[in-house]
Amino acid sequence: MTALSEATPPGHGGRRLFDRVTRVRELGIVLALAALFGVTGAVNPTFLSFGSIRDILLNSAIVAMLAVGQTLVIVTRNVDLSISSIVGLTGFGGALVLADSPAVPIAVVIAGCVALGVVCGAINGLLVGVAKVPALVATLGTLYAFRGIDYAWAGGRQVNAADMPESFLSLGSRSVLGLPLLALVALIVLLAVGWMLRNLRAGRELYAIGSNPDAAVLAGIQVRRRIMTAFMANGALAGLAGVMWAARFGTVDATVATGKELDVIAAVVVGGVAIFGGSGTVFGAALGALLLTGITSALAVLRVDALAQTAINGALLIAAIVLDRVLALRVAAALRRRRYRDAR
Amino acid sequence: MAVLALSDVSKSFGAVRALRGVSLKLEAGEAHALAGENGAGKSTLVKILSGVHRPDTGQILLNGSPVTFGGPADARHAGVAVIYQEPTLFPDLSIVENIFMGRQPRTRFGRIDRAAMAEQTGRLFAGLGVELDPEQAARGLSIADQQLVEIAKALSRDAKVLIMDEPTAALSGNEVARLFGVVKALREQGCAVLFISHRLDEIFELCQRVTTLRDGTPVAEDLIADITPDDLVRRMVGRDLDALYPKQDGVPGEVALEVHRLTREGVFTDVSFRVRRGEIVALAGLVGAGRTEVVRAIFGIDRQDAGWVEVGGRRLRPASPTAAMAAGLALVPEDRRQQGLVMDLSIDRNIALAGLAEVRRGPLISRAAEHARAQDWAVRLRLKFARLSDPVGVLSGGNQQKVVLAKWLARKPSVLIVDEPTRGIDVGTKAEVHRLLSELAVGGMAVLMVSSELPEVLGMADRVLVMHEGRLVAELPRASATEESVMSAATGRTAA
Repeated sequence: MTALSEATPPGHGGRRLFDRVTRVRELGIVLALAALFGVTGAVNPTFLSFGSIRDILLNSAIVAMLAVGQTLVIVTRNVDLSISSIVGLTGFGGALVLADSPAVPIAVVIAGCVALGVVCGAINGLLVGVAKVPALVATLGTLYAFRGIDYAWAGGRQVNAADMPESFLSLGSRSVLGLPLLALVALIVLLAVGWMLRNLRAGRELYAIGSNPDAAVLAGIQVRRRIMTAFMANGALAGLAGVMWAARFGTVDATVATGKELDVIAAVVVGGVAIFGGSGTVFGAALGALLLTGITSALAVLRVDALAQTAINGALLIAAIVLDRVLALRVAAALRRRRYRDAR
Repeated sequence: MAVLALSDVSKSFGAVRALRGVSLKLEAGEAHALAGENGAGKSTLVKILSGVHRPDTGQILLNGSPVTFGGPADARHAGVAVIYQEPTLFPDLSIVENIFMGRQPRTRFGRIDRAAMAEQTGRLFAGLGVELDPEQAARGLSIADQQLVEIAKALSRDAKVLIMDEPTAALSGNEVARLFGVVKALREQGCAVLFISHRLDEIFELCQRVTTLRDGTPVAEDLIADITPDDLVRRMVGRDLDALYPKQDGVPGEVALEVHRLTREGVFTDVSFRVRRGEIVALAGLVGAGRTEVVRAIFGIDRQDAGWVEVGGRRLRPASPTAAMAAGLALVPEDRRQQGLVMDLSIDRNIALAGLAEVRRGPLISRAAEHARAQDWAVRLRLKFARLSDPVGVLSGGNQQKVVLAKWLARKPSVLIVDEPTRGIDVGTKAEVHRLLSELAVGGMAVLMVSSELPEVLGMADRVLVMHEGRLVAELPRASATEESVMSAATGRTAA
């Protein structure tokens, strides 16, 4: 159990040990975030200004939302590499409709993009859940396929901000109660998905599937349907992210979000979601996205070479995974010892 | 009318006919035992009743009318609860979540009702006398604790039919007594129970009726009151035991393998023993006692925390299978599909795999040498195959096991370790494997055999070492090793 919001019941040593270690996963990110803001703020106080923090939130909103969706999939011991292509397809498609058919209401365009994302997710879900193609391969395939459709649709065309209605573009820059709208949307998605994963049967069953797929079948869980749902929900969020991308950046072509899937998976893993499924929370994943974006911003403020930033992100990712692995081994060894002591 | 019944059910897996024409009736308020040796088809029958497998022919009858279980969920909705032989827990989730997964109580708004879950778990644990923290994650629980969680899971279901596939294998006497108390209460409330156990005394204590399976075929259905344990054993075995265990007496020679105070914390402790050339030593014990772990450490797969292993008087480098092989050790692992064979690779290539250095011509592997080596061993072990170039996966379980044996025997080891050498293979091949082991021992090889089958242990071993919870608790020479003496040591009833 790794949910941040969970209270610690007074309990046995094993429980406390587990709690502490699993908590550290998310606590670690919070500490890293604190250190990041502290150090960077000390060097350059403007980093902590309202405008700067607002920018970081805005920049991390899309990745955070994708990380939330990706967590749904990774928790089931799968992965979705195709999200960047879904973002590209829906982002470009949405922008194109807005530019060419101004009569279509914005809400319908958004709904259409989400629906398109769901369709893409359903294709992934069918390949992985029903046809039993390993997720890594299936979604690598759809990564190219969706992007190919995107290219064919665009035919080299680019949609500029000037082609889209102002009321749509303002969604990307507007603030509500001092928070950027996009960050607010991501936050609402985060809270909703986090609540569902924790409190609904469907949510817990995703963890069960990732934790022990065979046992999930024996427990009567509709594994296929759940995996389908996870991919479709992830697709829906990618569709929403596509619209957000178009609103935020204004200029979109067929290459939108290329390569973004790796940033998202990095955020998820840094956020303490086990890459082999079964544990981790969307809150951790969102924090991971915030941390990676924060580092990018901080490095810019600290005038670190932009080229070095990628390397630093990579190092951080490896550090997170190594830490995760070391902790897991420690826990295993500690439990082994404890059993050994109990047995005596 | 029976709550749940099987009518003339057959099931095959590839060429293996697991069940043939089995009929079985589970009546409300009755505990029905299923007896039979390993491989008799008991677990397959359980999996058909629980919706994991579908019968090839025959019917499942629920309250007299035919039903089709499309999966475990269907069986569960029909009121069938199963305690499987192997625990099927979710390591990342808490015990409470494990118990209620897939059918958590919900509040009116669809939210999981954690308070209700905690309350029901508390009651279940109190009834079973379990003292586990329900919020603890399932990862790291001992086998016995996992089994208790499985039991709580099944009992939480208000089942009409409770199926228990060796639920007591890892439990202590107290835990078994409490389990039986709960099961008897359920039975009296009208629950139908199907019970599988290797411990005959448990069958006689709990059940009213017993069906015996042999090689997938039902051989008898009796009222417990009408028969004795000896009758039951005769029905289960139904053949001459001596032919199945053709043990010749070897002459023990020098010590080939010495294990000195081997310890891996939390897994096994202070294990010391010797195996001489010409003898077969069996390592017996319950599942989870640490036997496989000990042989893994001897062979260098896992690192020991303390102690050492000597082969032919020379100490072995720890945690190095390469060193173990060079010293003359061979290990035929427990799980031949995962650990013993490359299923898609041909028979001859599998046989050559452990001795590639010997089939080399310069930097390349010689197909001719590989083939010759395989041909030689295939004949010696009477392997049944179409072509040596066929993938190993097409062979029957028994013949696959012979391929694993051939792979290691081709290296001419001085010490052969076999882990569950006859698990899941047919009776005929079983006898052949036993004859082979016996011949190897007589020929001067030291054989260490891990086996969960008591008749095999008693029939084949010159000495029996018994493990209980990670410790070696008894060493019994062939003459004094009996089913009772081995089992009482394995369940910890006698002091070391």
